[in-house]
Parts: sequence; C-alpha cells; structure tokens
Amino acid sequence: MARASREELMRNYQVMCFYLDDITLYLQTHPTDQAALRSYEKFKQLKMEAAKEYTDAYGPLHSDNVYVTDRWTWADMPWPWERQE
Amino acid sequence: MWTYERSLQYPVNISKPDAQSAKIIITQFGGPDGELAASQRYLSQRYSMPFKQVAGLLTDIGTEEMAHMEIVCAIVHQLTKNLSLEEIKASGLDTYFVDHTLGLWPQAASGTPFSATVLQSKGDAITDLVEDMAAEQKARTTYDNLLRFIDNPEVRDPLKFLRAREIVHFQRFGEGLRIVQDHLNSKNFYAINPEFDLRKPRCGS
Repeated sequence: MARASREELMRNYQVMCFYLDDITLYLQTHPTDQAALRSYEKFKQLKMEAAKEYTDAYGPLHSDNVYVTDRWTWADMPWPWERQE
Repeated sequence: MWTYERSLQYPVNISKPDAQSAKIIITQFGGPDGELAASQRYLSQRYSMPFKQVAGLLTDIGTEEMAHMEIVCAIVHQLTKNLSLEEIKASGLDTYFVDHTLGLWPQAASGTPFSATVLQSKGDAITDLVEDMAAEQKARTTYDNLLRFIDNPEVRDPLKFLRAREIVHFQRFGEGLRIVQDHLNSKNFYAINPEFDLRKPRCGS
C-alpha cells in the first residue's frame, strides 16, 4: 500500500480534531446527552490515532513531541499557514 | 495557558494570488467584527463569569476564535505572497504595502487599525452574552458580504467554514444565556447583576 501523503494524514487529523471541537462545545451546554458523550469518547480515540499516524510519518504536531536526534528539528517542517506545494 | 498546535483548524491552500480579495478579507483579522476582537472579547469576559459552565464556553469559543484568526491570516498571507509590484499598485494594496510590506497587521478593510473599542467586557453575564450573540451575527454578515465578492473556490471554501462556525457559536451562546437565566429570578432577570451582587462576603466583614 502506498504511503499516505502528508496532506491526507493532516486532513484526517483535522477532521478528527473538528469533530472533537464541535462535540466539546455542544457538551458544554448539553452535559448529559449520552449520545454526544459516546461521540466524544469515540472521536477522542480517533484523534489520538490520527495524531500518532501523522507524527510517525511527518513529524510532531506539538513541540513536546519532537523526536530528538543531534539537532532541534521542530522548525524544519512547513508551518501550517504555508501553502502545501 | 495555551499550547501551539501545528495544524490549521481548517485547511487553506490558495494557488492564485489576489490582492483585491486580501484587501477585504483582512477585516476578519483586525476589523470591528473580526476574529482577533472575538477572541479577546470572550477570553476577557470569562474571568468574572460566575457560572462555571458558561466560563468554560467562553474559554473554548475564545480559543477557537484564535484558531480562526490563524485561518484568516493564512488566507491573506497566501493571497499576497507572490504578488508583483504592478498587481499591488493596480489593486490599491500599495497604501498597505508602504507601511507593512506583505506582513500581517490587524486592521479593518477600510484601513482602520484594530481597536479594543470594538468589543466590550461589561462584567454582567446577561449583557456580555447578548453582546457575544450579536458579535457572532455581525461576523456572519461580514463573511456573507465577503462571499458576495469572492469567486475563487479555494478562498470561498475556508470562508464558508468560518461563516458556519459563527452560526454554531451563536447557538451555543444562546444556550449559555439560558443557563445564566436558569440561575436567576425568572420574574426579573435584571434585578441583580450575578457577576457583582452574588459575590460571597469577605471573611470578617
């Protein structure tokens, strides 16, 4: 199977983050909605998996997750506001 | 505190520069109903909000507005990055360029600098939440107006996402207002200011 592109893995991560952001806001005002609570659990897991998949292939999403070699690499990758060429 | 996440909340990939669009979209960075104002409005209001649930809502929405500010700035940056001097002059962006080159600076479409006078933190839960609901609608109208002028789907797509979030936030703030009112006397919601008049007395006083 071909390796997923940076764009595909980032897109997958963004989708999971968005589900979680939206359900989190909803839960603030609907704290006992059982279906929403189950969605929160589900997407929390999926977001974690998506973050790991992206990080393993293309590098960290957070600066506390940098893989240390003999130099600091956090700034090596493109910043999110740059167009993906 | 906050931590930086190396991803946009919604992707921005614009292949064609367009100074004219950048000139008007920048208003959602530093304009009266822009994302910078939105984030500072909610994040300032939350400290004195006595109802935990609503303070949480202000924190989460204020945080999301910072992510929206980053999306708007990414759009303006990508629209202006490869402009020629001729394009800058023809579009009228030269008046911005002389002061900021192609750096991002918070201003309205009219050129008016960002100002905290466009937002309020009143220290009254009902007043602030009604302000917040109005702010979401004003931002939604601004995105509607931007979309009237912009044809490029690469630019429209993230703007449509941001517009949709204004509607969701309006809904959530409406629910926040209901939560506040549930704590108050339904015969007169305005009898007291819950942020000031319900404070616990100090020890010894």
